[in-house]
Formats: sequence, C-alpha cells, structure tokens
Amino acid sequence: MTLALQTFSTVKDANAALQASGTRYLGGGTLVLRAANEGDVSVSRLVRVSEPSLSQIGISGGKARLGASVTLAAVARHPELAVLAPAARAVGGPAIRNMATVGGNLFAPAPYGDFAVALLALDATVIGEGGEVPVETFLAERESSRAIVTAVTFALPPEKGFRFLKVSRVKPKGISVLSIAAMLQQASDGTVASARIALGCMADRPMRARAAEQALLGRKLTADEIAPAVAAAGEGTSPITDPIASSWYRAEVLPVHLGRLLLNQIKV
Amino acid sequence: MAKVPVQFTLNGSEKAEFVDSGTALLNALRDKIGDTSPKGGCHQGTCGACSVIIDGELRLSCLTLAETCNGAAIITTAGLAEAGVLHPLQRAFLDAFATQCGFCTPGMIMAAKVLLDRTPNPSRQDVVEALSGNICRCTGYEPIIQAVLTAARTNSQNAA
Ligand SMILES: Cc1cc2nc3c(=O)[nH]c(=O)nc-3n(C[C@H](O)[C@H](O)[C@H](O)COP(=O)(O)OP(=O)(O)OC[C@H]3O[C@@H](n4cnc5c(N)ncnc54)[C@H](O)[C@@H]3O)c2cc1C
Ligand code: FES
Ligand code: FES
Repeated sequence: MTLALQTFSTVKDANAALQASGTRYLGGGTLVLRAANEGDVSVSRLVRVSEPSLSQIGISGGKARLGASVTLAAVARHPELAVLAPAARAVGGPAIRNMATVGGNLFAPAPYGDFAVALLALDATVIGEGGEVPVETFLAERESSRAIVTAVTFALPPEKGFRFLKVSRVKPKGISVLSIAAMLQQASDGTVASARIALGCMADRPMRARAAEQALLGRKLTADEIAPAVAAAGEGTSPITDPIASSWYRAEVLPVHLGRLLLNQIKV
Repeated sequence: MAKVPVQFTLNGSEKAEFVDSGTALLNALRDKIGDTSPKGGCHQGTCGACSVIIDGELRLSCLTLAETCNGAAIITTAGLAEAGVLHPLQRAFLDAFATQCGFCTPGMIMAAKVLLDRTPNPSRQDVVEALSGNICRCTGYEPIIQAVLTAARTNSQNAA
C-alpha cells in the first residue's frame, strides 16, 4: 500500500489539497482504507482536517447539527438523539461504529449508507465550505462532489414521528437486505398529514419512495388503508444485487417490510 | 516514501517510531514495535481479529493509520497479564475452551474488555452485541460467550 496522509488545520486548505488527482478525504477510514488494503491503487494520498468542530454534536431549538466526523457510536449514545439511535446502531459492529463517520456514511454505496437513509427521511441539509444543499440533491450528485462535507443539520423529529428499520439476515450486525426510514406526521384524527419515506439498497444510493408517500396522505395507519402505499413501494426502484440478496428478492420483500414499519410491527 | 514520527503509549509504555506515512496501525504494531497480539485476518474490517483499544474505544487496527494515533493510549491483549498472572478474561477463555486455533482470541478479548469495563454485569445479549464484529471460525461462539460471562462473574466476586 502506498498511501500518504496529510493533516490540515482548516477545511479550506484540505479542500485545496483534495483537488489533486488520486487524493481522497479520510473520514473514519472504514471504506477508504478497506479499499486501499484490497489493492485499490486509485488512491495515493489522503487528507484529513483536525478542526474540532467537525467532531461536535450541537442540539438547540429543536435542531441538531452533527459534524461530519461525528462517529455513529457517538450518535447512538447521545441522549438527545435517542430517536436516531436505531439508525446509528444499524451500522456495522461496535468497532466499525466507533470509527465510521456521519460524513462517510453519506458517500457509502449500497448496501451501505443505512444512516444516510435516515438523514434522507429527515430531510437533512448537508453543509460544506461552499454552502448548504438538501440531502437529496447531495446524494444525487455525490460522485461529482470533490468538496469536504463539514456537517449535517436537521430538525429533530418528534419521538413517535420517526421510524427506522434495517432488514438483515445475520443478527445483530449483518449487512442490509434493505433499510427503510420514515418521517410521518399524523393529524388529530390519525390520518397521515405528511410522509417522507427513504429506502436503502433499493438503488445504488438512498432514494425516496415517492409513490408510497403520496398514497399514504389522508390515510390511517391500518392494514387496509396503507395497502395502496405498500403496493406502490417499489415504484421507481432498481434494487442492487449482491451476495446478501438479489434485486428480485429485495423488490419482493420491500412491501412486506414497509407494511410492518407503517403498522409498527417491527420485531428487533 | 515519507517517514512520519508517531508517539503513543502502548500498554502503559511510551513508544516513539518513524513509520511510512499511510502505514496501518496493525502493521506498525506487529512489524515495527513487535506486539504481535493483534492478528491480521481480513484487513477489511470484517473479522475483528485486529481489534485494539484506543483511548478506551474498540477500534480496528487494520483500518486505522498509525500516524492518526499520535498521543493516544493503546491497549492490546499482550498488555493484559500483570506480573505473569493472566487477566480474568484470558483465564476464562482458557478454562472454558473458548480458544481453539486462537486466531480470533485477542480481538475477542479486546471487544470483551471494553464491554466489561463499561458494563461489569452484562447480559448474554450484551455479550453477543459486543462481540458481533468478531468472527471465530472454530468455537461456534457459545464457549466464548460463556467465558466472557464467567470473567464478569469473577470480576464482580473480586470486587466484592
Ligand atoms: C465490516 C464493515 C461493516 C459495515 N457495515 C455497515 C453497515 O451495516 N451499514 C452502513 O451504512 N455502512 C457499513 N459499513 C460501511 C462504512 O463503515 C460506513 O458507511 C461509514 O459510515 C463510512 O464512513 P467512514 O467515515 O468510515 O468513511 P471513509 O472510509 O473515511 O470515507 C468513505 C468515502 O467518503 C469520503 N468522505 C468521508 N467523509 C467525508 C467528508 N466529510 N467530506 C467529503 N468526503 C468524505 C471519503 O473520501 C471516501 O471516499 C461497513 C464497513 C465495514 C468495513
Ligand atoms: S484484520 Fe482487521 S478486521 Fe480483520
Ligand atoms: S478459535 Fe479459531 S478462529 Fe476462533
């Protein structure tokens, strides 16, 4: 492995260094060093930033700001982020969570990116030196992005409004067959007033289940009333095939798991 | 290749080395410093055999660059025995036949140590969760889980 690491004290300087070919940002290293160990020679230089703000979690006024270097272990144990703990704990085993960062998860190709699925359902904002973009835009353009992500922000969901499910074959830490995150707001009569549903492993990156979202509006969360949403879940998806599951299998089981999530019938 | 200085404490002793930039901590420990207790199984983050404790947290030394550990306190299985007396986890692994080829053992013991440091009386489920990033090809896991539970009981008896 011929790699060299450069540490910068500011994001600005690191961003400049990142423009050189063969250079990548080092988050927790769980994907980028794994690739290097496997013989990927497209990376010869790594850069990182020592700025402490990148590792900070800030919560105020119902909003959360996670620095890009915050680890998924730190998210999982933060008392004010308890609603997100299931999504953070879905990533790898304990050592991986101690290393894997929120920023790195945004770049993780399927079958990874479980936490990014949660961020997509939360309609998070991705922040870099150049400004802010909605997470959906960020995910669509991430391959062409050569700028350091510094943080993500989002409104903290009400406890009952956010749901997350990772489906895997090996418990407790297998790789995803698929993952689903949903932000649901219900009116006082129990009907769905707004819905954002995000899917992992149903494309090469986290995606929205827009048809299912639409079909839920004005419906109660009962088996009969969610049926059209469940039937529409696969619209627009192109699931990945990997050693964990085929594209066909993922498409086949998505409605089952979405139904369970909406009816709160998840067995952990 | 640029050499970079790295300084950290390893099992309580100061270490200072020059390593090639980009060297994994696993390689620095084994090849430079001579602590061969962390094992290189997959170099992919999957097997956990290379697990070490860095500043109190379980980490994979195959995916950690040595130069990012400047100033850190690193613990490996080689540092657990005191004055020739095995650590309760090491004793329990031997007594419970929780080692066969022994390749996974140092990583298992590091993962178990972090668990017991934070959760002295873990449930079986806590143990399973804590070891979920570590693969064993030999034991079928049950003796390992039992060994960790036994070590926890021994610890709490010693503390009482
Ligand atoms: C054994 C194993 C199991 C895993 N299990 C899961 C799992 O269950 N679920 C899951 O979602 N993931 C899993 N992963 C993948 C990975 O650990 C996570 O996705 C993690 O969040 C990636 O973050 P990182 O900081 O380690 O990324 P890195 O490897 O550091 O970086 C990944 C990519 O993102 C870029 N990058 C990282 N941070 C930034 C930033 N701030 N700005 C710009 N670019 C950046 C890097 O340049 C690189 O191209 C697993 C990995 C391993 C090795
Ligand atoms: S060698 Fe590090 S996890 Fe397998
Ligand atoms: S004892 Fe052989 S791999 Fe665990």
